[in-house]
Amino acid sequence: MTSLLEVRGLAKRFGGLVVTDDVDLDVRDGEIHALIGPNGAGKTTLINQLCGELPSDRGTIRLADEMLNPLSVGQRVRRGLARTFQIAQLLADDTVLDNVALAVQARCGHSFRFLADARRDIVVREAACGYIADAGLMSRLDEPVADLSHGEQKQLEVAVALATNPKLLLLDEPMAGLGHGESRQMVDALGALKGRLAMLLVEHDMDAVFALADRISVLVYGRIVATGTPDEIRDNAEVRIAYLGEGDS
Amino acid sequence: MGRCPEGAEGEATWSLQLRPRGIPLRPSATSPAKLGEETGARLTLVFEQLLNGVQLGVMLFLLAAGLTLVFGIMGVINLAHGSLYMIGAYAGAVVAAKTGSFLVAFPSALLAAAAVGMLMEAIVVRRLYARDHLDQVLATFALILIFNELITIAFGRQPLFVSVPPVLNGSVELLPGLKYPAYRLAIIFVGLLVGIGLYGLIQHTRVGMLVRAGATHRDMVRALGVDVRLLCTLVFGLGALLAGLAGVMAGPILAVQVGMGEQILIMTFVVVVIGGVGSIRGAFFGALIVGIVDTLLRAFLPSLLRQVMQGSEADALGAGLASMGVYLLMAVVLLVRPRGLFAVHA
Amino acid sequence: MPSLTRLLTLTGAVAVLIALPFVAEALGTPAATTLVTSMLIYGIAAASLNLALGYGGLVSFGHAAFLGLGGYVVGILYQHFVSEAPVFGWFAGTNRLVITVPAAMLVCGLVAACIGALSLRTSGVQFIMITLAFAQMLFFLFVSLKAYGGDDGLIVRRRNVLPGIDTRDDTTFYFVCLAIAAGCWWLMQRFARSRFGLVLAGVRQSERRMAALGFTPYAYKLVGFIVSGMGTGLAGALLANHLRFVSPDMLHWTKSGELMVMVVLGGVGTLSGPWLGAAALVALETTFAAWSENWQIFLGLVLLVVVLLTRGGLDRLLRLMRGRGAS
Repeated sequence: MTSLLEVRGLAKRFGGLVVTDDVDLDVRDGEIHALIGPNGAGKTTLINQLCGELPSDRGTIRLADEMLNPLSVGQRVRRGLARTFQIAQLLADDTVLDNVALAVQARCGHSFRFLADARRDIVVREAACGYIADAGLMSRLDEPVADLSHGEQKQLEVAVALATNPKLLLLDEPMAGLGHGESRQMVDALGALKGRLAMLLVEHDMDAVFALADRISVLVYGRIVATGTPDEIRDNAEVRIAYLGEGDS
Repeated sequence: MGRCPEGAEGEATWSLQLRPRGIPLRPSATSPAKLGEETGARLTLVFEQLLNGVQLGVMLFLLAAGLTLVFGIMGVINLAHGSLYMIGAYAGAVVAAKTGSFLVAFPSALLAAAAVGMLMEAIVVRRLYARDHLDQVLATFALILIFNELITIAFGRQPLFVSVPPVLNGSVELLPGLKYPAYRLAIIFVGLLVGIGLYGLIQHTRVGMLVRAGATHRDMVRALGVDVRLLCTLVFGLGALLAGLAGVMAGPILAVQVGMGEQILIMTFVVVVIGGVGSIRGAFFGALIVGIVDTLLRAFLPSLLRQVMQGSEADALGAGLASMGVYLLMAVVLLVRPRGLFAVHA
Repeated sequence: MPSLTRLLTLTGAVAVLIALPFVAEALGTPAATTLVTSMLIYGIAAASLNLALGYGGLVSFGHAAFLGLGGYVVGILYQHFVSEAPVFGWFAGTNRLVITVPAAMLVCGLVAACIGALSLRTSGVQFIMITLAFAQMLFFLFVSLKAYGGDDGLIVRRRNVLPGIDTRDDTTFYFVCLAIAAGCWWLMQRFARSRFGLVLAGVRQSERRMAALGFTPYAYKLVGFIVSGMGTGLAGALLANHLRFVSPDMLHWTKSGELMVMVVLGGVGTLSGPWLGAAALVALETTFAAWSENWQIFLGLVLLVVVLLTRGGLDRLLRLMRGRGAS
């Protein structure tokens, strides 16, 4: 079975501290692959390496058989790799529509156009509305992002990432900071995307992980200690000791 | 509206004022006539200019260290740093003139600079810690205008002359045939002392460790439990002291005038960019590099050009290109190492 | 959709600007016309800087370099036109505005590309220091060019000519500048709303987010910087014509500071801000200079107060007044 995302031997150290230790990871087309691990395991660092914000010391990253290593963040996004941020990185001064429209604009031809009013671009705006409707945020269309609730901002993060039309979506703790009801909404939203695109889901919320994941990888001190189906992971003794057994999660 | 002819005399002639008007040049140690004939004399000249470069570098280091400390710890870019240098120079000049004693003038200048610095911090800079760079630039730019005009009102636009303290008036024979002004040697000595002192501070204290790690004052508060206001005032005061020190030492060898601060400040920026923002080591080596390159270019480029061009045009073009030299150096460093040679991992 | 009040204010302003020279003549104060010409020219410069600074978030402390470069292109071309010696032994000088102005913009665009390509590899205080340093470098260059006046500057005895228009007449030149300024205003408005403008504004807010959308922030910042430099060069060319004089003072770092003050006084990142700021600063400087030789101290105090006490508030206040989408 060919993997959409193929990571081999990825490594990164900061001085004496090894944050990513020879990581091998596969994400298949259409699957939700969860990445779990205790705090400080290096999950966000791994995401940053995959999307290109952090250069790796060693190892390869392949997306649909194409080497991503030499590419910049923007180039990787254009190849189909999108990510959401744990702490929402939205354009706070702009509206919900503006934020999503920019994402659509990014893949709709180049943006070195100086005279036409971009807000009157029907194609872009309508496509953006589509993503916003899917995220259930149509009621907040023209509101500045700064006025949105935390949960709405996280939903918008996902919508913006989807608007770039990715093959693979890296989700960095989409449930972080969400209340019970909001978490359920997010799980439903992500579940609805199952099969349409591949996802690498970094999460602490075990209910969400076991509800959504097709496969789970466990990252401890920068190392992948186990990969398998949710059942396999639940029964894995090593994982239990390293992570699940360390108290409530 | 003349400007001092720069170059071959080997003086650090970067003392241009805000709106330059006829600045007289101090008589120099060497003259262009020495150039060219004997290799021995030429070598002596090169050594002399090298030492001049080190002397300039040491002064730039004093300024750059203060600037980079303030920026590294408090995150504020302070354009009025040059004004503190100017205040040190003026305080020294005025007190020396009144009391006739450099021994009194020296600490007075340091005190004046440090005091004005801490006042500046308390009234203006303190409000800039949370602001963006644009606000910091504009507020400190406003301070430059205010200080320059205050000095002009108090002392006029004509430059003040300070004589070299009598005890340092002679030359020292470093090598057979190489005589170098004692005063400039003293400057180099003082600068190196400060360098060692700062090195000790950075390498062997907890505060220094945090500076090396690129910590901000917030991190320092967390790590050391210090009073942040006090820390900021003291750091700023130290920077001001160093700037004042450079200023008072500059008095006897440069014309003390309004606008002297900005000229050296821009070169200080080049030093900080080349050395790396937030790095004291970078400030030191960057300053030496810039000082030496600038001095050597000014000393030898015009005469080199005279061999292919007309006299006065060569002088002017040589001086111009020599002035541009360190900026081109900065451009090259940026190409290779955008964050500077000794960038702090912040 | 521009609101009615906005439309009325705009129309009113245009009417006043058109009527000005005639009113000034009638009141016996023809100097007012030259003063407002200065305001318009600096408005173009400030609006151009605003593109980089306000929309792009690039704190460039070296924009005076473009002002001076634009002026020197005019000056040098004029000098060679008069002496009939070819520039660099290659092409003839000229006194035609239709050539000097685009030439000035082209030169500034190229220099901005070089400076920007290097400087934009950095950010924050480094960027500020580097732009300042490069501008200073160009200052020293022009001081050293004795052939073009050096420190004393270059006199442009007659203004550049336009076909069928007598630019030597102050009122006519005023209208030329007004027309160009209006064109710049229109262009800036289009830029702000265009795809490019939106991306640039996004890059200012969060480079990280823009990269995560698939944009290359560096490219947009560079283009913004280049266009900004070209606009300031245009202003420089007009200034040289207006004053009939160019000198290295036009490249002095304090001039860069003045341009930034203009942008800030009026409100960073707004459409009309830079024009208002330019008018305000020119007016302030003229007033203060009339009071005292040490007028810069008043300017410094005003600036300090504005920055410390009101800038955050002024921006917010203006935004509230203008409403969304008006800038």
